[in-house]
Amino acid sequence: MSKDVLITVESVSKRFCRDLKRSLWYGIQDISTELCCSKSSSLSLREDEFWALNDITFELRRGECLGLIGSNGAGKSTLLKLLNGLMKPDHGRIIITGVTGALIELNAGFNPILTGRENIFINASVLGVPKRRVDQILDEIINFSGIGEFIDTPVQYYSSGMKVRLGFSIATLVIKPDVLLLDEVLAVGDAHFRSKCYNRIGRLRENAAVIFVSHSMDQVAQICDACLLLEKGRMSYFGEVSEGIQRYLEGDSESDGEAKPFEIVEDPVIAASLAWDRLDIDYGGTIILTAKIETSRAIPGALVHIPFYDREETVVAEWNSRRIGQVINLEQGCNNLQIQLGPLYLKGGTYKIAFILNDSTGNRYHFWSFKKYVVCVNGSVRGKAAYQLG
Amino acid sequence: MKRILTNPKTLQRIVYTPESQLRHPLKLLRSMMYDLFASRELAWRLFIRDINAMYRQTILGYVWAFLPPIVITLTFVYLNSQAIFQVGDTVIPYPAYVMSGTVLWQVFIDALNSPIKLVSSSKSILSKVNFPREALILAGVGEVLFNFLIRLILLVVVFILFNVHVQASACFAFFGVIILIAMGLMIGILLVPMAMLYQDIEKGLAVFTGMWLLLTPVAYPPPTHGLAMHLVQLNPVAPLLVGTRDLLTVGTLAQPVRFLLIAGITFGLLLIGWLIYRLALPHLIQRMNA
Repeated sequence: MSKDVLITVESVSKRFCRDLKRSLWYGIQDISTELCCSKSSSLSLREDEFWALNDITFELRRGECLGLIGSNGAGKSTLLKLLNGLMKPDHGRIIITGVTGALIELNAGFNPILTGRENIFINASVLGVPKRRVDQILDEIINFSGIGEFIDTPVQYYSSGMKVRLGFSIATLVIKPDVLLLDEVLAVGDAHFRSKCYNRIGRLRENAAVIFVSHSMDQVAQICDACLLLEKGRMSYFGEVSEGIQRYLEGDSESDGEAKPFEIVEDPVIAASLAWDRLDIDYGGTIILTAKIETSRAIPGALVHIPFYDREETVVAEWNSRRIGQVINLEQGCNNLQIQLGPLYLKGGTYKIAFILNDSTGNRYHFWSFKKYVVCVNGSVRGKAAYQLG
Repeated sequence: MKRILTNPKTLQRIVYTPESQLRHPLKLLRSMMYDLFASRELAWRLFIRDINAMYRQTILGYVWAFLPPIVITLTFVYLNSQAIFQVGDTVIPYPAYVMSGTVLWQVFIDALNSPIKLVSSSKSILSKVNFPREALILAGVGEVLFNFLIRLILLVVVFILFNVHVQASACFAFFGVIILIAMGLMIGILLVPMAMLYQDIEKGLAVFTGMWLLLTPVAYPPPTHGLAMHLVQLNPVAPLLVGTRDLLTVGTLAQPVRFLLIAGITFGLLLIGWLIYRLALPHLIQRMNA
């Protein structure tokens, strides 16, 4: 099939209101404007309004998958709603060619008192699929979901995992869209179900233009061909997936979930400090760490662990004295440890380092420096994974 | 907002813009008819869903559909018999008179409440899935008719008990019921945009409809003089209700011109209500909490 353009977004903007009462009043105004047929394209903000989306422009062809990323409140779900035809843009226009399918609300139309089987028909109907098609694939849906005999139990007795698996099975098996919108729905179920989901989405992808919203950079890196980074409603970046993810992670330096750096000493360590010959390296570079540790008594068989964390707090590299068989015996008084870390074949970016000094059992720490130091690998080598071979 | 350009050989193409859909009235009309047609299966599914779920968690089941008219009738019969509230003579035995009035009033009220009720309970799917919204209205009409048919059985039983003879004009009474439903639906659908934004509408409706029952000749014959007569004359439901009951029991229609005029206006306003519903929904979805 030739690569025809299925989604065209031209200078689209959308404004929202922060204040409830004013928002309701603007609702009345907007409806009146619509009914009176007056000119309604607007580039100005009324009081208490802000731009949820500002001047978004892009195109997507059949078979392409666009990852839509950005921090919370950046405008991703709003853009999906506009593409789905649920809201009108306040400026610009959107052209959708073909049938739209959306996996945004999985259990749409479900009534909890009715059984899973009955709800399958309701949900499929809400998604616009006629009953005869559902009859054809009913068994396939039930098998895919893995619900088994519980299909005839009221949905209110299902676990949340079961509900979500049922919703997902219905949605992916009944629709055959030209435009597919996915809103953070791939993180459902156990590993086995998830791999079935990826397969299913993969098959839908072949014939559709897909827009995928997610906070999981792993999934975006795995599935998407291009990515669009939104920041406070604006297009911050549009292009290569790895570059987009990089910019998203770099911009996201104030994430609340990240733990604050700290450094603590415990008896018998009295004081400790770390010195680095350098913290800016090239790809494949080496860092020499000098640790000065002052103890009140000897610590034989101490264990040292040095993990490297990437922006998503995943440990991407580590130096572990136990694993390499390096014996460390600390004596009473001042000790100097010199450790060579490298060569570091890490892609360009920043990595935070922790240094943990444990006793010989590994259960008690004596000195713990957490993410106080940051290594910067220059950006000449990029890619999806942190460790780059070759 | 959207213009649908279809060509059987190529894919459907939809364009979303900020401008009002009224600028392209023919395309708007075409998409309205298309959606009405496309929504029939979904409307049926939603109707079945709600009927199934409605009584599944009760012991008495469909008995609950009978109870409101029985209770209202018994109340008025009691008040009348005790001379607390005396209405004078009615053409057919009083209990049958009240029961038939109540069943007709109930069908109007059900139709009045159904659009707001269904749109309100569907907020979450409205804001996440794009489906033909006419389905919600049609499903509501289905429920109204279903409840009416159950109560009709009750009415037949009462008529038999009190030896009331149904006239030949009863088949026209059926149209009266349709117009009553249409009027309730019309008011309900016109109120949907405001009701979704401001909760005053729902609260106000609950208060107002209680009073409206008493201002309509449901439990008493139409007054012939005084303030009451003028109020009843201003009440648009009164001629429909009284007329339908008369067609059923008496055989003649007291004010045919008024009846037909109100019927015509009702259907006209119903179509306008549908148009407003359709144009307003995207703006409402944006502001709904779902």
